[in-house]
Amino acid sequence: MTKKILLAGAALLSLGVASAAQAGPTVDAIRQKGFIQCGSNTGLAGFGNPDSAGNWKGLDVDYCRAYAAAVLGDASKVRFTPLSAQQRFTALQSGEVDVLARNTTATLTRDTSLGLEFAPVNFYDGQGFMVQKSLNVTSAKQLAGATVCVQPGTTTELNLADFFRANNMQFTPVVIESQDEVVSAYFSGRCDVYTTDASGLAGTRASVAPKPEDHVILPELISKEPLAPAVRQGDPQWKDIVTWVHYAMLEAEEKGITQANVDQMMTSADPTVQRILGVTGEMGKALGLDNKWAYNVIKAVGNYGEVFERNVGAQTPLRLERGLNALWTKGGLQYGQPVR
Amino acid sequence: MAIDVRREVPAPRARGSFLSDPKFRSVLYQVLVVGGVILVGWYLVNNTLSNLARQNIATGFGFLGRESSFAIGEHMISYSAADSYGRAILVGILNTIKVSLLGIVAATVLGTIVGIARLSSNWLVRKLALVYVEALRNVPLLLQLFLWYAVITESLPGPRQALQPVEGVFLSNRGFKIPTPSDHPAWDAALLAFLLALVISWIVQRRSAALQARTGRRLPVGIITAGLVIGLPLLTWGGFGAPLVFDVPRLQGFNFVGGATLTPEFAAMLIGLTTYTAAFIAEIVRSGIQAVSWGQTEAASALGLRPGLTLRLVVLPQALRVIIPPLTSQYLNLTKNSSLAVAIGYADLVSVLNTSINQTGQAIEGVALIMACFLTISLGISIFMNWYNKRIALVER
Repeated sequence: MTKKILLAGAALLSLGVASAAQAGPTVDAIRQKGFIQCGSNTGLAGFGNPDSAGNWKGLDVDYCRAYAAAVLGDASKVRFTPLSAQQRFTALQSGEVDVLARNTTATLTRDTSLGLEFAPVNFYDGQGFMVQKSLNVTSAKQLAGATVCVQPGTTTELNLADFFRANNMQFTPVVIESQDEVVSAYFSGRCDVYTTDASGLAGTRASVAPKPEDHVILPELISKEPLAPAVRQGDPQWKDIVTWVHYAMLEAEEKGITQANVDQMMTSADPTVQRILGVTGEMGKALGLDNKWAYNVIKAVGNYGEVFERNVGAQTPLRLERGLNALWTKGGLQYGQPVR
Repeated sequence: MAIDVRREVPAPRARGSFLSDPKFRSVLYQVLVVGGVILVGWYLVNNTLSNLARQNIATGFGFLGRESSFAIGEHMISYSAADSYGRAILVGILNTIKVSLLGIVAATVLGTIVGIARLSSNWLVRKLALVYVEALRNVPLLLQLFLWYAVITESLPGPRQALQPVEGVFLSNRGFKIPTPSDHPAWDAALLAFLLALVISWIVQRRSAALQARTGRRLPVGIITAGLVIGLPLLTWGGFGAPLVFDVPRLQGFNFVGGATLTPEFAAMLIGLTTYTAAFIAEIVRSGIQAVSWGQTEAASALGLRPGLTLRLVVLPQALRVIIPPLTSQYLNLTKNSSLAVAIGYADLVSVLNTSINQTGQAIEGVALIMACFLTISLGISIFMNWYNKRIALVER
């Protein structure tokens, strides 16, 4: 709490100070300090979570590494600021972080009134419900009268109220700020239901539940949660970089460029591959980067499919299907705009 | 910056410069300081506003009238997600006031008992009180809140296996459920009778005091009050035929419906704030009692007063004068500490405004509202306690 008020206070004060840094593009500031400051989750398995050795792991974390690889040529030159759901926008507004890659849902209000810009969606998610198996609930429509654990300051809290209002059902929210506390309140039985994005439910069930098989995730997704990285308004160059790193990773997957074969691919005869990897064309220069920007990204973290599988895919504890996040060629929504 | 010029120095007009006039200089310094504060304030506000405007971040309190769209678990006034942010914040303010006032009353009672126990002639009681004080005031309140919350939610069974100590009363990790009287004129009448009994008791108390001042005799005030407060409502209720109409909680679906609930979040907040603050109040009470000279107690004993009466009639009234000012600080601390509620999910002012801030993005307005509300509540407590302090102050003749 204190931290948040401090943050708000810091935001208030630093708006004056930060204005000088923002006058020049974010990229110049990043080059000057030599690293990217990345706003990350405080701990969400599969998306942004420090492991037992203190190394950050996750899909959003890999995106931060990819930006560092694109801008600085070195994926390790990134520092993470763990942010709660409530701190995140203030931290981005105040210039405390350069980019917010923290499973954040893009919405109209956020886009327009918070002074930020959303990059393309890097994970299509939806809000779901997890309940104890012993309650024998099979559908979210049976949750009338339930007590629901939820974190504050998220679209989740609003979708929850909307869903119950739309279905004419009553519920009792238990709103707890810290992720750990809200999850432990659910597992202690204080609530019948825990709600957050379906990917987060899978992560919590896999990594926190005393007995994962005792909990079921209900089939209904009650909202669209397009999770996207965000940057401050007013720096189109930096936003372009964040945008095109994502598209390059999608294009790489589509063309079969992987972390393992990226060096052989340099000699590929395919003109699209040549343009992506900077063998021909001036794609990097157009973004204000080195022409090998996409090569560096893929060499460091791999293409989108690899990042997905490594962090949240079938071989991980989260066991998520590609689903909506499959490439457009395989029936999904991930559609990389052409790098040309 | 008020510079008190004690001696009237003759104005050194001979040297000519008005700058060496002490009166003028003291005014000048004060004007400079006030001007400086205003300038800095203006700079901060102006800078913030222009930066917010440049970054396209909306400002203003217009959001208070918009639909909040989020639900609140515990509300004293009717509230739904279709209500406005303003009403949601009002719900939060009422929840903060509820837990603070109840906490103040409970902490005062518990603190006084522990404080007196600290001075008990019984070794065990004395040491137990010491352990209580040292253990509770030396552990951070946030940890204690987590502990109480975990104890309540982890140790109590789920609603379907709820404990039922008395018919109709349920204890589970969803809270403490009790039956409430349902709508019936008998209950309203009984409530009126209870209030009437309080008023009559107060009059009797005044009469008794006047009688004692005149003749030295007292009316049996205790018995009369107890009889009135218990008997009058009971008689009224009986007059309506003693109808037993209760809204009894019953298990339906996931949870209990009907009756009244003491939620685990509220209970943990109240217990945590009460026991923590009581430890400080105990020390204040102890020091207040020790500040009354021992001769007073001896004099009272010499007059034949029993120890209980000595404490009540001689020591405590004098100790109060020492106790009240630091007690006021503890009341203010308790109120401000209630903002830790957000950690365990009690829907207090800070918790509601946190959500509002994040849904609207208006952090500065939200934080300003939190500060304004706490300032108002705290000043209210301060004003009341200062009034009370003046009332009990030694009347010098």
